[in-house]
Amino acid sequence: MTESVSSGGERPLHLQLGLTDAELEEIVSILGREPNEIELSMYSIMWSEHCSYKSSRIHLARLPSEAPWVVVGPGENAGVVEIGDGLGAVLRIESHNHPSAVEPFQGAATGVGGIIRDILTMGARPIALADPLRFGPIQAETAGGPQGVTEAEAARNRYLVKGVVSGISSYGNAVGVPTVAGEFDFAPCWSGNPLVNVFCLGVMPLDHLVLAVAANEGDYALLLGSTTGRDGIGGVSVLASAGFDDAAASAKRPSVQVGDPFEEKRVIEACLELFEEGVVSGIQDLGGAGLTCATSETAANGGKGMRVDVAAVGRREEGMVPAEIMASESQERMLAIVAEKNLERASAICKRWGVTASIIGKVVPGDNLAVVDSSNEAEDVRGLGFESSELVPVAEVPAASLSEGPKYERPMGKPASIEAMRQDSPDSLGAGPPLADALMNLLADPSIGSAEWAWRQYDHQLFLNTVAGPGRDATVLRVKGTKRALSFSCDGKARWCELDPRLGAAHTVAEAARNVATTGARPIALVDCMNFGNPEHPEVMWQLSEAVDGIAEACRALDLPVVGGNVSLYNESGGRDIWPTPIVAVLGLIDGLTAPPPPMGWNESGLSVYLLGQTRAELGGSAWAWRHFTHLGGEIPMLDLDAERRLGELLRTLAETDADTRSSLISSVHDCSEGGLAVALAECCIEFGVGLAADLSEVGELESLEPHEALFSESAARAVVSVQSENEAALLAAAHHSGVTATYLGSTGGNRIALGMVDISLDEATDAWAGALERALR
Amino acid sequence: MSEQGGPLVAVIVFPGTNCELDVVWALDCAGGRGELVFHDVSDLSRYDGAILAGGFAHGDYLRPGAIARFSPVMDGLRELAQAGRPVVGICNGFQVLCEAGFLPGALQKNAGLTFICAPANLKVERTASALTSLCTQGQILENVPINHFEGNYTADEATLRSIEERGQVILRYCGPSGDTSEEWNPNGSANSIAGICNEAGNVVGLMPHPERAMEEITGSTSGRPLLESFVESARQSHGAALGVK
Repeated sequence: MTESVSSGGERPLHLQLGLTDAELEEIVSILGREPNEIELSMYSIMWSEHCSYKSSRIHLARLPSEAPWVVVGPGENAGVVEIGDGLGAVLRIESHNHPSAVEPFQGAATGVGGIIRDILTMGARPIALADPLRFGPIQAETAGGPQGVTEAEAARNRYLVKGVVSGISSYGNAVGVPTVAGEFDFAPCWSGNPLVNVFCLGVMPLDHLVLAVAANEGDYALLLGSTTGRDGIGGVSVLASAGFDDAAASAKRPSVQVGDPFEEKRVIEACLELFEEGVVSGIQDLGGAGLTCATSETAANGGKGMRVDVAAVGRREEGMVPAEIMASESQERMLAIVAEKNLERASAICKRWGVTASIIGKVVPGDNLAVVDSSNEAEDVRGLGFESSELVPVAEVPAASLSEGPKYERPMGKPASIEAMRQDSPDSLGAGPPLADALMNLLADPSIGSAEWAWRQYDHQLFLNTVAGPGRDATVLRVKGTKRALSFSCDGKARWCELDPRLGAAHTVAEAARNVATTGARPIALVDCMNFGNPEHPEVMWQLSEAVDGIAEACRALDLPVVGGNVSLYNESGGRDIWPTPIVAVLGLIDGLTAPPPPMGWNESGLSVYLLGQTRAELGGSAWAWRHFTHLGGEIPMLDLDAERRLGELLRTLAETDADTRSSLISSVHDCSEGGLAVALAECCIEFGVGLAADLSEVGELESLEPHEALFSESAARAVVSVQSENEAALLAAAHHSGVTATYLGSTGGNRIALGMVDISLDEATDAWAGALERALR
Repeated sequence: MSEQGGPLVAVIVFPGTNCELDVVWALDCAGGRGELVFHDVSDLSRYDGAILAGGFAHGDYLRPGAIARFSPVMDGLRELAQAGRPVVGICNGFQVLCEAGFLPGALQKNAGLTFICAPANLKVERTASALTSLCTQGQILENVPINHFEGNYTADEATLRSIEERGQVILRYCGPSGDTSEEWNPNGSANSIAGICNEAGNVVGLMPHPERAMEEITGSTSGRPLLESFVESARQSHGAALGVK
């Protein structure tokens, strides 16, 4: 063993590496001795917030994760649900927030690469990506942005948006996984700390399911893909510069990870062929904590030990020390567990795809992860240290102790400011700007208007599955070879979560489920990405805990199992925590898709337009209040989960396509959410350039409201549908049967968006909406 | 030709190609039978035609097609082309065919300097080619997706004049009523060129993706006449003697 690490006059090494005194004590008690430097670095990365979820695990355990169709729930690389025909859908959501703040292009690109490998690890071909993004305002106050935003701040945020979008485009397109959806929101809390979340979906025959497990003694650990460099080494660099080689310290500076989509594409194809031929017994991707994580998790999951020789790891840099090799987060690498008899076949497959495969370890008896370094041994032993039990390990720890990590119950406290915010009702704002101006402002807002500027840079059609692509309430992908289709929607409602994290998070789930229902799909699974501030702030832990409870409550009511998730903490900007930003992705299943589901907008004149659901005076946390007053206050809309459930069932019935006529009862359907009824109706007009003649002031349901409330209130559990006149009776009967209020609003046609209280030109509205994001980015 | 299921088509896969499965699917829709052929295969004599699918061959490193053109499969493609069998490059495949000298000109970065994934309208300018034989002159193919960063067709003036004079331009970008002016040119291509062929008409390159426009459920069927033409051409060339190198 090397000497104890707390020698010297500097701060003790464990503190430099981010471990607390109590954590060091815990490590000493696990090992029965002081850890050496390499061991300490391995614990420090595995016990980091990012890898161990040490602050959040205690809360995440409250999420419901079971349903008869769940094959793999939380805790694995991705969730797997059965979709029929022997197939499984594989889903996961991740964040790459902090790397993207430093280097937006590579940060976003490597986020895409990482999540693709998570899906691949389960044995599935990744078939679709989606990117929910949050940035600081891209418009200064003088250009219509929120109060207090300077042009310098807005310019920096625009740079981040462009970098992130081109990173996603560049990597996603080249790696050959279509990016079929995404959404944007902008607010000052994300200035300097953008949120770059990425969702990935895969489909696989369930009999190809592979887990991250090394269960058979004598199997080999094969490292596939890129060489290993110092990319993404965080705290471990402290070690490297702590005296091993001062002269080279500058050369060892940790760098941002760099993505290589071409390498990843070859790794994908090679791995899929390995799975197809059944030559791997377990596999794990290398993400956060690199080899340390992949080797310790597979060994711990298999209840075995593993012996790894760092000298066998192909490196791209000189002079890397074992701790660096074990910690490197170089991209495009996988660890495959392969039986000796399959080694030759596995190597041949990798060779065919031009993927480097090196044997770096072996599954051994016991439960320890032992790291050896044979670099200075005789040639016949060098690189084969995993075969020899004579080499003394440079590090040896119980594998499970790395992957389990500590679990904290951090103090929680309701933010002192929240009551005052909730009492600051939007009633105090009056009626706001003239209604036509307000509607045009909202349509031109980059959070609401079209994001086509972004998604036309994404290949969203590859694999020929995209039935409903970006810009829709929910994406629909057919599953080739079956009659089925998958639908999904990613949503986040941070303003509401800031005012009420529990209710806001529950609304987020409800909205995503509602979006999926508009395509005729039954929601079957959810994954969440919990983007929060500093967990050492009791207010942030309270927000996280509340949001978890909100998600849990909504998921229980809607029968939605949470099959995976990610937690991103320490999102702060200028010393202030971000708004609590849980992002959820809800996956839905359509059993028989014979034609595309109805569009969002109406494509002909003479259709009758109905509002489903009830509208109340609910402007707290609304886009209207935020856009015009930078106001965030009051109570957010109420949530009636039973009403959501009934509306969802109704929408599924209405949107379902009949196998014979290949059409559905309704001609269009659009969720009513941000910006309220007026924005929803305008979007329905804009899609195909067909106007609307309605008089909302005559609509009984809306009569009791002020006009700006009727137009912009964001009451939940609502949708707008249009129907042919011959289908009106059937629509009303179905709504009645589901206990959903259906209110006639007007009839389609013309070139105005005429709502009675407000009447705007469809052409002008289309211009405002269509160029919203692109214009704001200029 | 295969005993059943239409002509047998080699769908070429370089490392980094990603549209190969889509092309096989689309060939099936068009009455052909696609088979994946890895880039290290040089004998394509059993195939009635070949399609170089889109994607990022060799990561598009150096520049699109610059490395792929050295692959062994290029020999097999050259033999097929010389024998008059149809050889079509879609998107990245077009870039490879230009780099390898099968077709004149080159594809540079889009005029807007961004990747574009969007539907485009195409006007058929010549029907005597492996990809347009079942189309009509002037036919407008609506909503055929383009999906590229480097799709801006360019060539020196003499070459441009020559391919125009010899009728080697088979497809141009256009508006909904066939207007081929700059207004409808998505990527800055010279003369709004979307696709060209060799003088014989059996070697074709195009940036748009006909394989993405084969079925109503995914939004357009305008690619059908193109790939059905290709399958027909492969059927007719079945058995054509392979030329001498």
